[in-house]
Amino acid sequence: MSTTAAALHDHHEPQLTGIKRWLLTTNHKDIGTLYLWFSFIMFLLGGGMALIIRAELFQPGLQIVDPQFFNSMTTMHALVMIFGGVMPAFVGLANWMIPMMIGAPDMALPRMNNWSFWILPFAFAMLISTLFMRGGAPAAGWTMYAPLVLQTGDAFPFMIFSIHLLGISSVMGAINIIATVLNMRAPGMSLMRMPLFVWTWLITAYLLIAVIPVLAGAVTMLLTDKFFGTSFFNPAGGGDPVLFQHIFWFFGHPEVYILILPAFGVMSQIIPTFARKPLFGYASMVYASASIAFLSFIVWAHHMFTVGMPLAGELFFMFSTMLIAIPTGVKVFNWVATMWRGAMTFETPMLFAIAFVVLFTIGGFSGLMLAITPADFQYHDSYFVVAHFHYVLVPGAIFALIAAVYFWLPKWTGHMYSEALGKWHFWLSAVSLNVTFFPMHFVGLAGMQRRVPDYALQFADFNAISSVGAFIFGTSQLLFLYLVIKCIRGGPQASARVWEGAHGLEWTVPSPAPAHTFNTVPDSEVIRRETLA
Amino acid sequence: MFIARAAWRLLVGSVILLAAVPALAEWAINMPRGVTPISHEIYDLHMTIFSICVAIGALVFGVMFFSIWKHRKSRGAKADNFHESQTVEIIWTVIPFLILIGMAFPATKTLIKMEDMSDIEMTVKITGYQWMWHYDYLEDGVSFYSRLDANSNKTRQLDSGLNPGDVPDYLLNVDKPLVLPVGVKIRLLTTAADVIHSWWVPQLGVKKDAIPGFINEFWTQIEQPGVYRGVCAELCGKDHGFMPVVVKAVNQDEYQAWLQSQRDVTPKTASL
Ligand SMILES: [Cu+2]
Repeated sequence: MSTTAAALHDHHEPQLTGIKRWLLTTNHKDIGTLYLWFSFIMFLLGGGMALIIRAELFQPGLQIVDPQFFNSMTTMHALVMIFGGVMPAFVGLANWMIPMMIGAPDMALPRMNNWSFWILPFAFAMLISTLFMRGGAPAAGWTMYAPLVLQTGDAFPFMIFSIHLLGISSVMGAINIIATVLNMRAPGMSLMRMPLFVWTWLITAYLLIAVIPVLAGAVTMLLTDKFFGTSFFNPAGGGDPVLFQHIFWFFGHPEVYILILPAFGVMSQIIPTFARKPLFGYASMVYASASIAFLSFIVWAHHMFTVGMPLAGELFFMFSTMLIAIPTGVKVFNWVATMWRGAMTFETPMLFAIAFVVLFTIGGFSGLMLAITPADFQYHDSYFVVAHFHYVLVPGAIFALIAAVYFWLPKWTGHMYSEALGKWHFWLSAVSLNVTFFPMHFVGLAGMQRRVPDYALQFADFNAISSVGAFIFGTSQLLFLYLVIKCIRGGPQASARVWEGAHGLEWTVPSPAPAHTFNTVPDSEVIRRETLA
Repeated sequence: MFIARAAWRLLVGSVILLAAVPALAEWAINMPRGVTPISHEIYDLHMTIFSICVAIGALVFGVMFFSIWKHRKSRGAKADNFHESQTVEIIWTVIPFLILIGMAFPATKTLIKMEDMSDIEMTVKITGYQWMWHYDYLEDGVSFYSRLDANSNKTRQLDSGLNPGDVPDYLLNVDKPLVLPVGVKIRLLTTAADVIHSWWVPQLGVKKDAIPGFINEFWTQIEQPGVYRGVCAELCGKDHGFMPVVVKAVNQDEYQAWLQSQRDVTPKTASL
């Protein structure tokens, strides 16, 4: 299979230049690049919205925006960051790296690959255009709870349609990844030899296929409730507002793991490289990822303990949620054991990886606290929750993405980035991130609810600190942009191996990786040497 | 004016940040212990689980940072090659499992207590509106709306030019509080007239969604008189941040007197 694909590959791609190269490309590396740049633009956009939020919350009283626009900002910030930032960024990494990691010449379905990317700019153009519509952009939160979301103005159908498009794009990306991983591995690259990044993405892709259609169903039901006289979620017509939450979180909880499992994969590539030691417990890492994916389907109602469930339901969801701590703990312990008795160096990717292990674990701890139903009645919908999910998403998903970019940038560009600038970027980000999000634990516990533009005076100092941190964090990311552009333009020549302790097929091809890699099947002896079994 | 205050706050914030772990004790940084049997239990659960997390964190991060310090190439460390141990994997699967069971027991006990609706002595129905609360004393025929107080409301308008610092209990004050007797097991019912709201008073350890078409029930028993403030916790639209909850807990005599005064003044509001 892969040999024929490789043979075809030499001929099917005419040398296009300029805009056409990017519009019509079917090359996994070009598409990966498109995904990564697109997601970076979305990060800046979503980050800009976050800064509007933090500027308004800098002190009590309303100074900058009205409450309705504030709610639009929290809603759009989440939608842009989740669907435009983190998800496409990981798909971009998958596009770039999975074929090179498994010794395949390209993705299995290159034309669909092009399509699934090019849907995104249109979907987001539509979503962002709602900011200028009558009634403003969606403001009911990214969770879109009925009946509040039905009060959205002209933006409503555009929001729903853009979510449909984003879902189609994600599902096509997931199908492509599954088809690639299952069919295009080089001979000798057995499943249990695959790099962990490929494993976690394979599991993520199944999660996407399972739950994106559920989200599509939920928002379609909203659409028919609003325009076609149904009453799925309207109690006046015999409907049930809580039903929406059950459907949404049946999608929403696996979605959380869609955002974090590929990050686990990235960590499992980076930590062994800079510890110069094989990943500890490879097989248990695979099983832990699969268990997390399975458990993610049976914990959804822990997002809704306060809606009033029967005792048995509350107990079930409390216990099942607590169980997730076990496979997650195994992963953290394995990473630490990988470092143990290694010979560590601390280049920028490793710094971000270490920060990931510490700060993601802190987010995991607050997650465990949130699982305890009686305590959740106090934590729920407070800033404690905001602190929790930002700890798992910012130093979790986003630090993993940044670490991955530093890790593979020399392979992509052929140049080493500036280690000095990278360290500046790391320390500025890591410190300001904690300044931003740690105080949110305190104000949440002390009684500040989330999604409000104004607050009581006892929360003022911590909010001011959070806002200062947020502006430093946001500005630091411009340094990252500068560093990446500088690295693309030039820099010391990177070797094929790049990092002393790097193992894997991607490090056997030259840097920069040529447009077509593995047109001939890699030697199975090379595969055996580069992978662990 | 705002700029000057903003600059001051920035300065104070940075200074506190740099120098201040002891000062933090003065700030509201933790869940209140509250004034009901349930809120005490929740607080104890919260602190227990927090402490367990801190202990596990100290252990795991301790090992990791020791390794980072000791097993670094610049100190001449040579990488080992071990990468598998079934024994270790079993140990760190089983021990967390046992810790979780230890956490689940007290949590389950508290939860069962929270759901115990027996021996109710009185009932108040709470209805969420965009953006106010309505309280209905079912046995006593007293009912009224409770809105953000006028002072906060004036100050919180965009560019009001007023200083929130001059408003007592800014955003946590209402025109008419919910008055409840102490020492009585009270059933609270929540529902909503438009969108979902959530009635939260941290000092009472209660948060329950108010959902249109549903009636949720929970209970509270306040131990000491006082004024306990809370908010709407579920996003309910534009003024979600501006529909606080104020509970005034009084002793039985005072409560009866208040009830009587309400019957005299507003016999008709119930029919609203
Ligand atoms: Cu409300």
